[in-house]
Formats: sequence, C-alpha cells, structure tokens
Amino acid sequence: MAKPFRETLKTKKFVVTAEVGPVKGSNISKAIEHIELLKDKVDGLNVTDNQSSVMRYPSLGICLLIKEHGGEPIFQVTCRDRNRLAIQADLLFAYSRGINNILCLTGDSIDVGDHKEAKQVFDLDSVQLIHLVHTMNSGKDMAGNELDGGIDFCIGTTATPSADPLEPQLIKVEKKLKAGVNFIQTQAVYELDELKRFTEFVRGRDEKVKILGGIVPVIGAKMAAYMNENVPGIFIPQHLIDELAQAPKGTGVAKGIEIAARMIRQMKEEKICDGVHIMFIGREEKVPDILGAAGLL
Amino acid sequence: MIIAERKPMEEIKQLIAPYKRVLVAGCETCVAVCWAGGEKEVGILASQFRLARRAEGSEISVLEATVERQCEREMVAEIKDKVAEADAVISLACGSGVQTMAEMFEDKPVFPGVNTTFIGMPEREGLWVEMCGACGDCFLDRTGGVCPVVRCAKGLLNGPCGGTRKGGKCEIDPDKDCAWVLIYRRLEKQGRLDLMRNYYAPKNYRAVKRPGRVRAAKA
Repeated sequence: MAKPFRETLKTKKFVVTAEVGPVKGSNISKAIEHIELLKDKVDGLNVTDNQSSVMRYPSLGICLLIKEHGGEPIFQVTCRDRNRLAIQADLLFAYSRGINNILCLTGDSIDVGDHKEAKQVFDLDSVQLIHLVHTMNSGKDMAGNELDGGIDFCIGTTATPSADPLEPQLIKVEKKLKAGVNFIQTQAVYELDELKRFTEFVRGRDEKVKILGGIVPVIGAKMAAYMNENVPGIFIPQHLIDELAQAPKGTGVAKGIEIAARMIRQMKEEKICDGVHIMFIGREEKVPDILGAAGLL
Repeated sequence: MIIAERKPMEEIKQLIAPYKRVLVAGCETCVAVCWAGGEKEVGILASQFRLARRAEGSEISVLEATVERQCEREMVAEIKDKVAEADAVISLACGSGVQTMAEMFEDKPVFPGVNTTFIGMPEREGLWVEMCGACGDCFLDRTGGVCPVVRCAKGLLNGPCGGTRKGGKCEIDPDKDCAWVLIYRRLEKQGRLDLMRNYYAPKNYRAVKRPGRVRAAKA
C-alpha cells in the first residue's frame, strides 16, 4: 500500500506527484497502464476533473482505480461542473472509498472546452471549496447539519506564480492559506525566480504548507507558442522557446524532458520548493524518463 | 438598461412565414438606446420584410407601431387597434416586453424579434457591456463598484482565477478585462485593499426566488 500523502508531506522528502489524465470513453486500459507505470515512482497521483473543460471519464473513477491498484490518489475537484450539493456528495463518496487527498481548483471556463454551450456552475469558488472541506472535516455539511460519519481530507490547492499582475493572485493565495491547506501544486512554472519569490511569499505566511512546483514539459517551439496563446495561466519565456527551436528535428520530446529535468534538479538543489508536480499531458509514459533524468528514481 | 440584439433576418423571416399581415412592435426605452428595437429599427425591419416578400413574389402587409415602454400594459394598450389588424406580432422589445404583449393579446401569436442579452451600459458608441446580473444580493460595496458576479467570467467572489492573461485580461477573451484586476486596481486607488483580503462565503443564489416578485416598500 502506498504511504498516505499526508504522511509524506510531513517528511523532509522532496515530494513528487504526477498526473493521470482520465480517458475519453469507457475503455480504462490506458489509465490502468499509466497507474501501474507511475504509482510506485511518485508520492501521489493527481486525477484531473474534466480537464480544460473537456468531458472525460470522471476524476473520482480514476481515483478509485488508483486506490484499487495500490497507489495514492489526489482527487482534483473543480467548481465548474457541480454545485455545492454535488461536490459535498462526491467528497463523502470519495472519502468512504479511501480517497483522502483533495486538490481544490476553480476550473477552466466552459469556453475553452469541447461542450461550449453547457451551463457552467461556479456555485463555489476555490477558496470557498477549501472552507467547505474544513467544514465537512469537522463533521458537518455546509448547511450545518451533522454528518453520520465525517471526512478527513488532506487539502491542496493551486496558484499561478507567473500571473501578471501578480498582486491580485497573491491576495487570493493568502485567503487560501488562511482557510488552511496542506499543500500547493502550482500552475506550470518556467521561470524559477518567479517560483522562488512565490515560495518566499508563502513561507512568510505559513511555514508548514508544502509547495510543489508545476512542471509541464514543452516539446517544441510551436507547442510553446500554442500553449502561450491557448492554455490559461501558462507563460513560457522566449529563451526556452529559442532553446526548443534550436533542437534538431525529431528530438523535441527528448529536449522537453531534458529541460524539465534540469528545472527539477535546480528546484531541488536550490531548495526553491518542496517538491514537483509533473503534468505531461497525453505522454504519461514519459514521466519516468523525466524522473530518471532529474535523479528522482 | 436592458441590452438586446436583433435576431438574424433569416430566423425572423421563418417566424412570420405563414402570415400575411404582420405588426412590428417597437419599444422606445432600453432597446431603442441600444439600437435594437426602437422606432427607427421598427422601420428598418418593416422595410426588410416588404422587400423580402416582394423578391419572393408573395404578399405581405406590414404594420408598424412603437410604444414608450412595452413592459407596461397601459402603454401597450395604446396600440391594441393595430394588433387587432395583424395576424401576428414581431416584438422588438426585451423579453419582458414580448411577454407583456403576449399576455395582453392571448389569441395572437407574438414572436421575439430580438435576443435580450444583459443589463449593461454603452462603453462607447455602438458597444454595450454587461454590468449587472440582477442577482438580488448586491455585492458592489465590497468590490469597489465592479461586479464580479457577472464581470468575472466565472462569477468568483474571492479573487481572480489562475487563468488571467498577461496584463490583466480575461482567460476566455483577451479583449475583456479580468474583473478581479479591475477590482484590485479600484480598491488600491481608494486605499481599501483590505476589502479584497476578506473572505466571502458562498453567495446566496436564491436571494431572488425565481420567478422574481418585488413589492413596493411600505412608506
């Protein structure tokens, strides 16, 4: 059995989490492959929740699979698709089945996804969601009713250290820290100075919360330009785009892995953060290569 | 005011296809100011109907009438004779005006000629922007007079999402400002940023029990 993520966070270990993207369809064989490949190499496996507003197999379903296969799932919950009743119900279900870690996110807008005419919910925001988990952790629901069997989640959230302007973002991070979180998995970072400043900001307010720097490997200059334009919260600097452009044809993936591993090594050696969260969307099978190159295997 | 946009001509033509005498009914209040359904737009749509039918070689008699406010029964009553003459009515008022007409003339088909879009204001000539979602639980005192409920694409109450674009633009549209960046700048200017640091609990989304009813306060 995997070590509870909450326990891992209490150690001095450089924490490593990766992402399993749910499949589009009911064929879960690919997800099982990724779980088997990664579960013993990382401290926790995040499962995205209709990522980028694209309808997929549910986060909760893949979390259960991870549990069944002996991994440690981190249940990502966005506020976009469920109101407060549905979210609370899902939390009860998750906890009752041994899923003990939650990542509270706002969620991308419906407009970026594949069901652009859907009604978006956002009954809660991410700060309110964190408060909700604490309320339920204390044995009550949001309406103040007693629960017959409460929950006890290890709570995480996200932040964008490269936001511009940064100050409004930091005010929100402060609210999340006040609400109480055990860990922060940042949006992808490419400028480590920005992550360093972010860590210092959080440390000044909460020494215990663990910060996992977000790694999204970029495998080509074109992809970088596309991501800058289309992926919310991603800002890839020109010097990295130039480095990718200079890579010989056919070596994009290797270059992307090399850059990611280099960043992870620097994060660890210079103690820029407490760990990393690797999101290699659609290329989960390459995550061990990054871990190997970064000296984390 | 209430902002609306005229429906595409093809859609309106389909609505009136079975009828030979059609009344185009305008409203001189909100929809006149946003160039969607005032007297001038009534005249334009009526002419388009006549031209279109002539091109098809089919007959139509188009009547025109505009009232001061189509959402008030007394004002709508002023055009009852014209309604009586028509087989169907195309209303260029907001949804409230269309429904007032439909309720007053129950035996007559009343169709919307515009899509009612939002409560807003003119940002510059020919451009209107949304300002209020009529949530029934006004939050503007806490946000420097910028409404996050409708001006934030996600209606967030405790700060911006992580998707804000460079320079403080919205995740979904680089032409729109991030409401939380606007709120931040406004409150900073006023030295009231503490308001943004407060935690705001989930909103009461049932402040108005739909369908809404408001009674005048007793004096």
